[in-house]
Amino acid sequence: MTDHPILQLRALTKTFGDLSAVNGVDLDIDAGEFFTIVGPSGCGKTTLLRMLAGMETPTGGDILLNGERINDLPANRRPTCMVFQSLALFPHRTVGQNIEFSLKIRGIDAATRRDRALKLMQQLRLPENYYGKSVTKCSGGERQRVALARALAFDPQILFFDEPLSAIDYKLRKTLEKELKDIHRETRKTFVYITHSLEEAMVMSDRIGVMRGGKLIQVGTPEQIYTKPRDKFVSEFMGEVNVIDIRLDGDGRLVSNAVAGRFVPPLLPKGFSAGHLVVRPEFMRFLIRADQADNHLTGRIYNEYALGSRIQYQVRVGEQVFVIETLRQQVFAGRLDDEVLIGWNAADSIVVGD
Amino acid sequence: MATGLVVPRSPVLAPGRRHALPLLLLLLIGFLAPLLAILWFSVMPPRSFTLWHPPTFENYRTILAETFYQSALWSLGLATVTVVLLALICYPLAYGLSRVFGRWANLLTLFLVLPLFVSENLRLYGWILFFIKGGVLLGGLKAMTGLQPESWLFTPGMIVFGMVYVYLPFMLFPMTLGVSMVPRETTEAAADLGASRWQVFREVELPLAMPGIIIGCLLTFVLAVGAIAEAKVLGGQSVIPIAHDIEIAFTYAQNWPLGAALSVLLMIVVGALVLTVLRRFDLDRILGRR
Repeated sequence: MTDHPILQLRALTKTFGDLSAVNGVDLDIDAGEFFTIVGPSGCGKTTLLRMLAGMETPTGGDILLNGERINDLPANRRPTCMVFQSLALFPHRTVGQNIEFSLKIRGIDAATRRDRALKLMQQLRLPENYYGKSVTKCSGGERQRVALARALAFDPQILFFDEPLSAIDYKLRKTLEKELKDIHRETRKTFVYITHSLEEAMVMSDRIGVMRGGKLIQVGTPEQIYTKPRDKFVSEFMGEVNVIDIRLDGDGRLVSNAVAGRFVPPLLPKGFSAGHLVVRPEFMRFLIRADQADNHLTGRIYNEYALGSRIQYQVRVGEQVFVIETLRQQVFAGRLDDEVLIGWNAADSIVVGD
Repeated sequence: MATGLVVPRSPVLAPGRRHALPLLLLLLIGFLAPLLAILWFSVMPPRSFTLWHPPTFENYRTILAETFYQSALWSLGLATVTVVLLALICYPLAYGLSRVFGRWANLLTLFLVLPLFVSENLRLYGWILFFIKGGVLLGGLKAMTGLQPESWLFTPGMIVFGMVYVYLPFMLFPMTLGVSMVPRETTEAAADLGASRWQVFREVELPLAMPGIIIGCLLTFVLAVGAIAEAKVLGGQSVIPIAHDIEIAFTYAQNWPLGAALSVLLMIVVGALVLTVLRRFDLDRILGRR
């Protein structure tokens, strides 16, 4: 992986009338990087990607490709390619014709096109006899691969992905996520991927940018996003977490309005007065004695859910429900409505703002 | 069951067929029977009014010996020109209706549909008032500039104008449907892969909109081949289309078998053309269903 920025966004903005879809995004994406932009629907990530691909024109700011401003360069003259959410394959063409489309447009002869298409099909594990097959006859996973092959065919510098895996069932999605990461490794191209699933982003990405309300609120490696979320929104985006609203009381003790007791936090930010204490389900444990962890609470088991390799429990403490996940081997022998002691270590928790 | 033997229920007709029967009978009586009557009349002796004579091909011989081919060629030629003009006029309109005009599309559609509520003859006579010497156009021109050009009325060009005007909705709406069936992302993807606007049109938009375009063309062609009012009113009978010949045979000439034979020949020619086009453009294949 080289580390010079291939794509630079400078205060990139897009407004539709009064609505601001993307609001001053600054970002450098390195050459060869797998960068994922993640955010809930309506956060502006699709608009951002469409600007990068040349399908929307920014209303403010700049997009630089290899240091050159490309704001007004139309999509068909950018050395980039997009894999659409709908895949947007050409239904009236065969697998081979779909893959070769960009080469045909560039006037490359039929024999060279065919060689390139067959090579890509081999790389993407599409059987050779699919060359003449109608794309409408292909399965979901095969169509994904055709779309990817079509995008790779003219050797673009950057590939954009607009949630291409969102409409696919869980098992196949997991396979394709890994395949995509393998293809990224083999081609060494820059991949810019958008998704609403932070989990999907974690699996594949070198770096992740979290978007909310048209703004990029945190950029970092999956590890950084997971362990050091910038705020409550980012921490909750990764799936179920335990969030306790906390504040410092007059005596300098950390307390919560929702749950009785005082809490031992990790290092508090300077000038902290109120915020959220976040503990991931896998860091919550059942305790036998209160002194087994820095923090402990007493509650009742509300329900349990088998998640395959893990088991999740919900424990009610007062009005609040806490989520605890244990590995199957360490299965806890408690039954529903048992009174239990749960706890976590200060080092396994984080304090975030709103 | 003790014996394990299952006796299959054998209704007289499967439920699907039984329920389709009334409609099937209606179609047989309403559509097939008149066609068969026409077909049989065409082999009756000239000027006969019953179906009980021994068949003869005399009518067909008469048609081939006389100059009916001229009116047939006029009809086919005028219809072809009309369809080509309509296709060229309607594609941009259809594209606009489905992609560009947005909420104005409904208003435009309304304006295009409203004239259909007025009788075709009435509308054509309206154009006469517009184009006739001393009418809206030429009278206005004379009053303002003093120029007095000849009227374009009663020429083949005027007949084509009338047919384009009357059949526009029949081309436009199937075509609009065809254009709106092209997924927007496929055109974006084509452009993203490097295609110019023209290449996107040729490689993606046109083939994917083809079912609507073909249906529009066939519909207007079949209607235009059978057109009669435009030639009578705007053409002032300067051109006699085949439909006019058929009408004359059935009415003034009182020669039903000749009219029937002409109808049969027209149906065969148009049917052959339509089937050729449909074979050439396999709609299912275009839509990627096969």
